[in-house]
Amino acid sequence: MKFTDYLLGRLFYSIFVLIGLSILIFVIARMLPGDPARLALGPFASGVQVAKLRHEMGMDKPIYLQYVDYIKGVLKGDMGKSFQTRRNVALDIQHFLPATLELVGISIIWVIIIGIPFGLLAGRYKDSWFDNVSRLVAFIGVAIPPFVAGLLGQLIFSYGLGILPTTGRLSLLTVPPPERTGFYLIDSLLAGNLETFWDAFVHILLPSFSVALIGIGQITRITRSSVSDVLSKDYIQFCKTLGIPNRLITFKYMLRPSFTAPLTIIGLTFASELGNAFLVEQVFGWPGMAKYGIRAILRKDFNAVMGVVMVIGLAFVIVNLIVDLVSGFIDPRIRLKESSNE
Amino acid sequence: MSSKVNGDLEQKELKVTSTKWMELKNRIGRGWFRFRKNPISLVGGGMVLLVIILAVFAPYVTPFPTHAGKVTNFEKIFQPPGKEHWFGTDEVGRDVFSRVIFGYRISLLMALVVLGISVPFGVALGLIAGYVGGIVETIIMRITDVFLSLPALVMALAIGAAFTPTIGKAMLAVSAIWWTWHCRLVHSLTRSIKTEDFVLASQICGDSPLRIIFKDILPNCASAILVKITLDAGFVILVGAGLSFLGLGVQPPKPGLGTMIAYGAAHLPTQWWLTVFPSLAIFFLIFGFNLLGDGLRDMLDVEGEGI
Repeated sequence: MKFTDYLLGRLFYSIFVLIGLSILIFVIARMLPGDPARLALGPFASGVQVAKLRHEMGMDKPIYLQYVDYIKGVLKGDMGKSFQTRRNVALDIQHFLPATLELVGISIIWVIIIGIPFGLLAGRYKDSWFDNVSRLVAFIGVAIPPFVAGLLGQLIFSYGLGILPTTGRLSLLTVPPPERTGFYLIDSLLAGNLETFWDAFVHILLPSFSVALIGIGQITRITRSSVSDVLSKDYIQFCKTLGIPNRLITFKYMLRPSFTAPLTIIGLTFASELGNAFLVEQVFGWPGMAKYGIRAILRKDFNAVMGVVMVIGLAFVIVNLIVDLVSGFIDPRIRLKESSNE
Repeated sequence: MSSKVNGDLEQKELKVTSTKWMELKNRIGRGWFRFRKNPISLVGGGMVLLVIILAVFAPYVTPFPTHAGKVTNFEKIFQPPGKEHWFGTDEVGRDVFSRVIFGYRISLLMALVVLGISVPFGVALGLIAGYVGGIVETIIMRITDVFLSLPALVMALAIGAAFTPTIGKAMLAVSAIWWTWHCRLVHSLTRSIKTEDFVLASQICGDSPLRIIFKDILPNCASAILVKITLDAGFVILVGAGLSFLGLGVQPPKPGLGTMIAYGAAHLPTQWWLTVFPSLAIFFLIFGFNLLGDGLRDMLDVEGEGI
């Protein structure tokens, strides 16, 4: 069995997971107390009107038929109407998703450029003072809830030192860049507007760090243990006996195998950061999908909840496919093992 | 004759149990020795123990036990931290220190209830999936995959959305997803233990699957499960605080730590103590559980999925 077959298998499996997730959430959401038709029409609508709307919405059908209708709609890009915005949920998500992806994307970058080098150094110089300090910092980072990190960050850097803004994606007076991707950082660069870029960057710093903190701690620790595992392998000992310089061992023989473990964790980190975004967007008034999702949940806006959940599930599945692909490239053992397993 | 044989057998069994006891005692002794040697787990254990004691005896150790509920004291609103109110007072004049300690009660209860429901359930399913294999394994493990395709907090939010928000419902919602982690861990452990010689020996002796699962496999998963539970406790508390922060957990006037932070955030930066002290309190507890779990992991030398 080839690696491509393995990936194809993973793809089918991902689709299965998405279908399972959609059924689960659909059933839960249908258990919501309160009649969506009644909620949509308000308290003064007559019973006949409500019944009519229920019929139009297909809510008088059995639940499995409703599910089939919903999936048919989703495949056509119609995710139903949101009661809060009175728009198609697909449109809403299109509108709110880029802000969340930008936030999570930047925080994944923090996780990678901070967590991995720290972990590499800590593992390479195990039990040195650097190792001990970075372990302590990682421990502390993992124990701070994202919303606590956000609030304390605001208190120190915004209210205390006055160097970072508290809310939003841009200052009030800054005009958003012309929309191409929806990511302000990229759009402002495309428009060649460095001032807007800087403003957007300053605004995303605190939120993205709050989202990233736990992930940074986790990746640091996993990279560290991965490196120390690799370093205790026989072939590294053999290289040392051959008299190969330490620097060469580190860069040529140690680095690549050390990356597999952290890489597989990055997929999980991404998922948990999407969860963290639900808390952090609330703290920073970040106009993203998570904030939209919370409002939908609090107001029992069924279609919106369903839409948000499915988009997050989809993102999770895609990221895991990418991780599978990349780790197969980095580490041929995974390719071979998976191929021989099936 | 036959009675003599029986007597012998009984004696033998007695002996076996007594050596088992000795062994257990020795193991605990060895474990405690290694635990003492590890300063990290000692510190973590101390932190957790302190919080547990404070929470259990909350009505006796807090200066204003009534302030955990519906009390107003408008003469003393927004008092900064001082001698009388160590952590200051909130928007209706309640003592923040007392509320934080009572908040610990809810956080610990959350961890206890969620893990108490989800661990036995997850472990049982993991044992079944790992030992029985085949279609049963596929079904159970694919269901866990579906549950794990969303971040824990989001899944809990989506499930919690179906109910009116209370702390009890939040606990149920988190339990409904938490079993999957333990199911996965025990499943992978069971699969590897199943192929060991001593399991094979029991199978050859004709032991029932149930006996093999409980006598041979479960004891060998125990230390991994214990470590996972300790590490999970901090995580459950974190998710619970997150739910409360978003308004889907503890409802005021109950003193949930997440709820207090959410309400305190509205008074930043002037009344900073309303946010800072509950925040530090939550960090302290999670940090303690993490240190303890990490120390236990090193001590018991366990490895496994998700540990």
